[in-house]
Amino acid sequence: MEWQRLKEGLAGAKYVASDDLAMALHLAMKLERPLLLEGAAGVGKTRLAAALAELLGTRLIRLQCYEGLDAAQAIYEWNYQRQLLAIRAGAERGEAGPELEARIFSEEYLLARPLLESLREEVAPVLLIDELDRADEAFEAYLLEILSEFQVTVPELGTIRARARPHVILTSNATRDLSDALRRRCIYSFVDYPEREAEIAILRAHHPELELRLMGQIVAFVQALRREPLEKVPGVAEMLDFAAALGGLGVNDLSADPVAVQAALVTLLKTQADRASVPREVAERLAGKAA
Amino acid sequence: MRGGVAAFPAREGGPAGRVAGFIAHLRANGMALGPGETRAALQALSQVSAGDSGEVRAALKALCCGTREEFARFDDLFAAYWFNRGRERARPAGAPKHQTTRRRARLEPLAPQAADAAGEAERPDAGKSREGEMDQQGEGRLIAARMRNLARVDLRELVTPEDIAEAERVAERLARAIRDRRSRRRRAAARGVRLDMRRIMRSAIATGGEPLRLHWRRRVERPAQLVAICDVSGSMSVYARVFLAFLRGLTGADARTDAYLFHTRLVRITDALRDRDTLRAVNRLSLLAQGFGGGTRIGGNLAAFNRAYAQRLVSGRSVVMILSDGYDSDPPELLAQELARLRKRGCRIVWLNPLKGWKDYAPVAAGMAAALPHLDLFAAANTLEALAALEPEFARL
Repeated sequence: MEWQRLKEGLAGAKYVASDDLAMALHLAMKLERPLLLEGAAGVGKTRLAAALAELLGTRLIRLQCYEGLDAAQAIYEWNYQRQLLAIRAGAERGEAGPELEARIFSEEYLLARPLLESLREEVAPVLLIDELDRADEAFEAYLLEILSEFQVTVPELGTIRARARPHVILTSNATRDLSDALRRRCIYSFVDYPEREAEIAILRAHHPELELRLMGQIVAFVQALRREPLEKVPGVAEMLDFAAALGGLGVNDLSADPVAVQAALVTLLKTQADRASVPREVAERLAGKAA
Repeated sequence: MRGGVAAFPAREGGPAGRVAGFIAHLRANGMALGPGETRAALQALSQVSAGDSGEVRAALKALCCGTREEFARFDDLFAAYWFNRGRERARPAGAPKHQTTRRRARLEPLAPQAADAAGEAERPDAGKSREGEMDQQGEGRLIAARMRNLARVDLRELVTPEDIAEAERVAERLARAIRDRRSRRRRAAARGVRLDMRRIMRSAIATGGEPLRLHWRRRVERPAQLVAICDVSGSMSVYARVFLAFLRGLTGADARTDAYLFHTRLVRITDALRDRDTLRAVNRLSLLAQGFGGGTRIGGNLAAFNRAYAQRLVSGRSVVMILSDGYDSDPPELLAQELARLRKRGCRIVWLNPLKGWKDYAPVAAGMAAALPHLDLFAAANTLEALAALEPEFARL
């Protein structure tokens, strides 16, 4: 029943996980494998890492991937400015070459980037590698090596091993396929938009002050909106913003106040085309159905 | 495990054996799983209460799936095995065994129609010369009307040996234009735009901390990979010869280039084209291209390509070039869907359409219209000049 405790724990950190997701996370932690999450933007992939860190009471270390990301930004880099100053100062004091070299290539002069940082934590941190699909394949291959060994070799220093194995969560928006080798290393879960009940539970966790009936309306409205042909489908975060906006505008019933609903739509529809595709009549119709 | 899971397949004994059987069942249904997964699955089951089928399902699902498609169909496969519901195996007879394609149900939808079309269009002349193949006019279902049109612009007249040589030359030039795309990664270089601090520091130690020698980093040129998919169905047969020469030029220019032919089915011809012996290459091609000049199934063939090859051979650095007139006997939605899927691999898609060079041509063929939104470049390919004119466009890709 341990995975259910995990699920409850996450709920305590305001994260409502589906059974599949809670089980995947539970297994990833038990089998010490990375957890690979795929799904549309805004379904709470990144948020899970934050909730897990909160639940475990550890640090969340995040590596945001982008095209061209390389080892210097992901793993470590030497602090060149400090090294230059140290060389200068050492030369003035008459410090010998080998001594000086040993000093400036010590850990003191090493800038740890997220991957190395996560290995050096005493308590296993949550390592979030976000939007991995944006990084180059070469980096993916390198990452694979780190994720199986949990060690990094710095030529000047030697091998640095993980003090505690970090809990690794990888996310991908599936803009490109990840390599099979990486997928095989990972526990996989596809995160979908939450079901109605789950989404109401999320809303309740974040905005307990709202009326239950309004919560139902908001969730029904947003879920109906997701079925419309939109460029950017509103995610869970947008739904929460929408609820906050309605709360701020003092709306108690979606169908009763179309003007306020229309105004609050800015929190859900983020492109010009989407704004245009949901004119007032459509919004009113959806709100009417939701009520 | 016994409590929740009702009926075990009778033939296997012991929980470990049954789990191994389940992994084999998943493998038979196209998921790439090995003994490592079996072990991990047993490990995983020790972490959940094995009597609860819901928990077992969720645990094995997280462990065995690697893609969204697998995730979506896992529940059915699970039920099929543990509850003896539905079919156990879904591997179609023709599916290649050695490939670790991880996509769903491979060629099933293709099989009956393909046989159908082949019956109509294929001639039992596999051993005939290449010329014989070329001369054959299309008799595919949708094609007959088109052929009368095409006959007016008979490109066969143009195809002298010199023209073919010219096509190869143009193709080589195009391949070169595409190949060099820039990477955003940087590498050490004699001169460049960014300082390579790491190396500067290293050599500064030798000069007492004085960075006398500067090192640079620059972007490396990373080769783009070209994948050419050529339509040799009836409506395209008049162009086929030039295009084959064109493909030969492309593959000759770069060892990474990959080439395919399709009519009612898809054939990989990379190896045949690379054959140094021209005559043997031609013979191999005509063997491969049985049914040459038949009907077209662009969508279905693209689907086959996506499943069988794209995963391994198409990456963000690929340029996929489709040579076709866009007359498709598959539904246009299929073509659009498969192009979108291909596109997701991050490649660029170029469609060269010989009809586009015609006066007043509009991409009204349903397939072509459906494909347009997914293309990076849609260009004419009716004459060699048109092909040659693509060079600057390709350099921009």
